[in-house]
Amino acid sequence: MSSVPRFWRNLGSRYNLEGTRCKECGEYFYPPRNVCVNCRRSGQIEPFKFKGTGEIVTYTLIHTAAEGFESQAPYTLAIIKLDEGPSLTSQVVGDPEKMHIGMRVKSIFRKLGEGGDRGMIYYGTKFTPADT
Amino acid sequence: MRDVAIIGVKNTKFGELWEESLRDIVVEAGIGAIEDAGASGKEIDALYVGNMSGGRFVDQEHIGALIADYSGLSKNLHIPATRVEAACASGGLALRQAIMSVASGYSDIVVAAGAEKMTDVGSEEASSALAAAADREWEGMAGATFPGLYAMIAKLHMHRYGTTSEQLAEVAVKNHKNGSFNPIAQYKNIITVDDVLNSIMVADPLHIFDCSPITDGASALVLAPADIAHKYTDTPIYIKATAQASDTIALHDRRDITTLDATVVAAKRAYSMAKLKPKDIDLVEVHDCFTIAEICAIEDLGFAEKGKGGIVTANGETAIGGRIPVNTSGGLKACGHPVGATGIKQAVEVVTQLRGDAGKRQVAGAKYGMTHNVGGSGATAVIHIFSRER
Repeated sequence: MSSVPRFWRNLGSRYNLEGTRCKECGEYFYPPRNVCVNCRRSGQIEPFKFKGTGEIVTYTLIHTAAEGFESQAPYTLAIIKLDEGPSLTSQVVGDPEKMHIGMRVKSIFRKLGEGGDRGMIYYGTKFTPADT
Repeated sequence: MRDVAIIGVKNTKFGELWEESLRDIVVEAGIGAIEDAGASGKEIDALYVGNMSGGRFVDQEHIGALIADYSGLSKNLHIPATRVEAACASGGLALRQAIMSVASGYSDIVVAAGAEKMTDVGSEEASSALAAAADREWEGMAGATFPGLYAMIAKLHMHRYGTTSEQLAEVAVKNHKNGSFNPIAQYKNIITVDDVLNSIMVADPLHIFDCSPITDGASALVLAPADIAHKYTDTPIYIKATAQASDTIALHDRRDITTLDATVVAAKRAYSMAKLKPKDIDLVEVHDCFTIAEICAIEDLGFAEKGKGGIVTANGETAIGGRIPVNTSGGLKACGHPVGATGIKQAVEVVTQLRGDAGKRQVAGAKYGMTHNVGGSGATAVIHIFSRER
């Protein structure tokens, strides 16, 4: 978690849900990819900003936190399928009891985690139930 | 391509081996396997070592050279030594490299070893090192843990197929029972479904007893061309198939969250290479890093219909004496999971079974055995099929 450049490189994607799209086959990618999985070198990749709405494919309530996420435990981690097609892994904020597969969610800007002894705080996208 | 046989095997004890270093345990396993084969160090043409994260766990890289050196194979013999890494599938992949080296004719006698020394660091550091098998930038940085990823597989499996926490627990109960018959197993205690369900929740629905432990251990095999295997042993065990497949590094990019396509494809390749079907296999060591992983594995390998893995397990079909005994060693859950060693240990178990040397956990009349080793949440799968007869 504590690598500043590793986080900073993807700031646009993490803050604004910027991914990519292949003009050749029309598939969307988030996290962004520079090589299309269908067309490979014949694909034409362009940036694409996602709307930030989708639904929960599956989820878990994590009790034993990942390093740097201890203060947030327990937290809901989910795989979210964006309306444009691709899926991503993100935390979902809100009442863990109310989470369910198929639940509509939308993206929000939140603190993601803390980076070790340097005290870096990372911000980025999480999701929340769409009706809130 | 030449047929390949396994002529020697050895596991160290699996567990918290605080008094021994990484090099100690690999050398113990390697020398033990060479002794078992009745071979001499001078005959060895190459060494492959599966190791996931020496850098994180013991602050040591260049593992191939280290192990060759302390096995007495470097200073005078200068044999080539190669470390192989594919997260938790490092061991299976080391075996595959060794097989290809012998089959191609490049080498004759080859040692395939695997090892991990995980308890030199605390459990938080170990968990963080293991999380590096997933996509650090797009899973880890969102707060994913390994139990968390498999918990999401379990949650969807339960939602879609009605699999229950009790059925998941049955995997752990069976594997602890099998482990109780295995002298090297980390855990030899019998547990109940209630023990699993009452253990602390790590990532819902997975309890701590749904998870494989942190383990030190090493395993080794000696391989030879089938044509000369009988010079070394009366019971060579033959490799009928070696297969490997890849999938997306991140769980969220998979075609289906509850199916490991890498396992499905590698199994298809392996069955085709061996000219065998799932019903021909007498026992299988699968990658049960979590209880749900064993359920998915037996489905994806063709031993249970998709969605029925939990029922099949609860019915006792995967127990020793059942239709298809799964993880007679105790699996990753009870035997332990020193990540780089696991793929080799699985092969040691199958060879031991096919030789008829498995004692109280012996599968009667076993002729064909399979190993299934997975890296990460399913980005790498390595499958081998072994036979008593050439």
